[in-house]
Amino acid sequence: MSDQSPISSVNDFVVRFANVNGSGSASANEMFARSILRHGVPVSPRNVFPSNIQGLPTWYEVRVTEAGHLGARGGIDMMVAMNPQTWDKDVASIEPGGYLFYDSTKPMPTSKFRADITVIGVPLTAITNSTYTDPRQRQLFKNIIYLGAMCALLDMDPKIVEQLIAEQYKGKEKLLSSNIHALHLGRDWALQNLKCPIGLRVKKADKVGDRIFMEGNSAAALGAVYGGATVCAWYPITPSSSVAEAFTSHCKKLRHDPETGKAKYAIVQGEDELASIGMVIGASWNGARAFTATSGPGISLMTEFIGLSYFAEIPGVIMNIQRAGPSTGMPTRTQQCDIIACAYASHGDTKHILLFPEDPAEAFEFAAQSFDLAERLQTMIFLMLDLDIGMNHRLCRPLKWDDARQYDRGKVMTAEMLDEPGRDFGRYLDVDGDGIPYRTYPGTHPTKGSFFTRGTSRDRYARYSEDGAVYADNMQRLVRKFETAQDMVPRPLQANAAKPTKCGVIYFGSTSPAMDEAIGLLEAKGHHLDRLRIRAFPFHSSVASFIADHDFVYVVEQNRDGQLRQLIVNENGIDPVRLVPILHYDGSPITARFIANSIADHQDHLKVTPLRKVKS
Amino acid sequence: MTYIAKPKFQHPGLPKNDLGFTHRDYEGKVSTLCAGCGHDSITASIIEACYELSIEPHRVAKISGIGCSSKTPDYFLGNSHGFNSVHGRMPSVLTGANLANRDLIYLGVSGDGDSASIGFGQFAHSIRRGVNMTYIVENNGVYGLTKGQFSATADRGSKSKKGVMNTDNAIDLVAIALQLGASFVARSFSGDKTQLVPLIAAAIRHKGASFIDVISPCVAFNNHAGSTKSFDYVREHNDAVNRLDVISGRDPITVDYAPGTVQVVEQHDGTRLALRKIDADYDAHDRLAAMTFLQKHAAKGQVVTGLLYVDPDAEDMHAHLDTVEMPLNRLEAGELCPGTSALEKINASLR
Repeated sequence: MSDQSPISSVNDFVVRFANVNGSGSASANEMFARSILRHGVPVSPRNVFPSNIQGLPTWYEVRVTEAGHLGARGGIDMMVAMNPQTWDKDVASIEPGGYLFYDSTKPMPTSKFRADITVIGVPLTAITNSTYTDPRQRQLFKNIIYLGAMCALLDMDPKIVEQLIAEQYKGKEKLLSSNIHALHLGRDWALQNLKCPIGLRVKKADKVGDRIFMEGNSAAALGAVYGGATVCAWYPITPSSSVAEAFTSHCKKLRHDPETGKAKYAIVQGEDELASIGMVIGASWNGARAFTATSGPGISLMTEFIGLSYFAEIPGVIMNIQRAGPSTGMPTRTQQCDIIACAYASHGDTKHILLFPEDPAEAFEFAAQSFDLAERLQTMIFLMLDLDIGMNHRLCRPLKWDDARQYDRGKVMTAEMLDEPGRDFGRYLDVDGDGIPYRTYPGTHPTKGSFFTRGTSRDRYARYSEDGAVYADNMQRLVRKFETAQDMVPRPLQANAAKPTKCGVIYFGSTSPAMDEAIGLLEAKGHHLDRLRIRAFPFHSSVASFIADHDFVYVVEQNRDGQLRQLIVNENGIDPVRLVPILHYDGSPITARFIANSIADHQDHLKVTPLRKVKS
Repeated sequence: MTYIAKPKFQHPGLPKNDLGFTHRDYEGKVSTLCAGCGHDSITASIIEACYELSIEPHRVAKISGIGCSSKTPDYFLGNSHGFNSVHGRMPSVLTGANLANRDLIYLGVSGDGDSASIGFGQFAHSIRRGVNMTYIVENNGVYGLTKGQFSATADRGSKSKKGVMNTDNAIDLVAIALQLGASFVARSFSGDKTQLVPLIAAAIRHKGASFIDVISPCVAFNNHAGSTKSFDYVREHNDAVNRLDVISGRDPITVDYAPGTVQVVEQHDGTRLALRKIDADYDAHDRLAAMTFLQKHAAKGQVVTGLLYVDPDAEDMHAHLDTVEMPLNRLEAGELCPGTSALEKINASLR
């Protein structure tokens, strides 16, 4: 061993499990994360997985963080190396003084280890094979055995893990007892043969509170249930498929007529993304609340229909779970890279409304709200999640709903309204000056209110027209409507530094927890920043005033080209020099360390030593 | 698309249907298609069929894609909502609309370019889902609006107006619809109103995916010697399989009764289709036989018209999805939103 002392930390470390895809490790790893939560200690787990079904490497990283920093931290304090394919890289990635946990059944040459880490060998295969004969059982219980060993090494309360296993296998007594047996096999071996606990420890705390542990995709799908969506049309694409799957399972529990058992929703798996968005538009045109879930390539395919939605003014909701592009890109890695593609989707002059939730709780709220916005504004709403929020469990505040809340169905003229004396119905008539016209649902009235919906130019009464002035009048009204949207979408949230500062930072979406943590790191280095979290496009006027109030503003995003920054410059006429891009785009979630280092570097460069001081 | 409104004047003595509507109540705007276009005859047949069925005009949703045929929904049922959507995408828009409200009548109007080329996939998938609709393809084998290019239904060996020979094989939408499980499949000719009107009426009454391919000559680009979709060619090669009649508890629609036997088909809603066969051994309930029959005549260069196949017990997409009877677009927050107590349980399960 070198003189590097082992890392010692209570409730603040990162454990990474290196596994083989399809080996059944996911549920054991998730149980590890959940059991730490049950100790009252916040965790932030992340799946790092390949675009593959079986055989390729996969990792599960758990950040244990009593301080509640839920962003990725970077660096690994303990590696549970269960995959020989990635051994060298996995061992190399451990922080100096960190720990390596491995299956010591077969002896490893010392050259495969490092001198500056603590190596913990547990003969997992030997223990497993001496207990189980069935190959599938051997594979699955091996995962629970290492969970048991980890339990001893990290000083976790075995009663808590037992309780979780009991909840998971409720009603399946045989599975329950065999899992608990496997847990103790691993734990007992570690207690008898190893020095337990190691320097990393889990200690009971009270830092979780009433928070829930949920994936963003499931939360967004539940938001769609609460928001009254009745039609979901979708096409499978990573990382969005679990939105439609979660919507299906939520609806099965929450949306069947108690008497007839019939479904109060319709879910159709389309033949492609074009059909999915076509069904959404058809259903919304006909007065149902409809949505699709997709990712970048799907957005590209949907753009013609998105333009129709904009121009013919048909509501709809697209949940875009972003992944690294362009083209097929890195389908299982995260990015915030479709901002421009969604904001200006489709040919001709178009602009669309984007919502940027930061976590599952906001994904739930914004998803429900997006249906109100879509029907109020009669246009497509994009709910912009990403893989990091969508496919990872995230600790967040409990979901809330107000039972007094009514759906805003927007400006819809009923048969009674059409019959009012003097009532003039023009589908594209701006009666209220907010750019939003009235619509009617098909089948409303025998003789009044019907109109022909089309993607071609038309006048205020929906009559075909190629008159330039008529066309321009309509396009200007669409701009007015977009301005109206500014005050309806979620506003940016501002948090000021402890000390007055002329530096600001703008960020959005899944960057949120890393940004919050980075602020603390920067303050410790003497850098103070006011911060503004943008939650929607079109930008509220407070975005421009925030920029005006600061000498320069960092814009932190997870894409190469600074897409949000471009959008701010473009839409608000801001001098680009005043917006400094901080860009992370390697497909991993952004970390506080990255943000803090990038901003600190930039700040240090700004500290120009005055010439006369040098002379003296 | 037309911007010419038809005058509202109508003769007081015009005959009325059961609901008190006259023919004029089923009309739309003045067509802007070429004089003599087969599509206008189809429009007239749709108007006639809806009048005869005493459909409330506003209970129909007419949806189309892009092209000459897709313009026609503006020329009939002026009191219905219409949707001229995106090229080749009528089927998905119609499917979505149908999901939202199962109570309306859905009329999908498309062309051969719209359904056999750009929209071939959507055509196929809407049929295999069993969407309750009447899907009419106004088939002229040519792209009219872009001045006469071949479409995918143009027969191999046929010539364009410019004299270019089509070397690609033709897609027969009727054969595909049969293979995909459409529960009502027919073909007709725009010039044969006596056959087409009852076919449309029967298709509207049918609960399930009804598909009618209507050969509709393009007077501008595909009505010349060498075309296999011209008026003259189709008239000479037309081989009608049957005649049918819709009885919906009122006087039958008059058709040009041809000699032969009558086969009565009872549908779910109680209306009956009376099939008048020309071929004594033709059975419109046999899907496999229909496919063979079609192919046998196609090999002889004959266009088979009439009702080729119907499954009166067909189930539609809503039956497959087991949706509530109430249209989804009429469900209110009270029925859709599970509320706070359910959410608290969900929160508790996530700790």
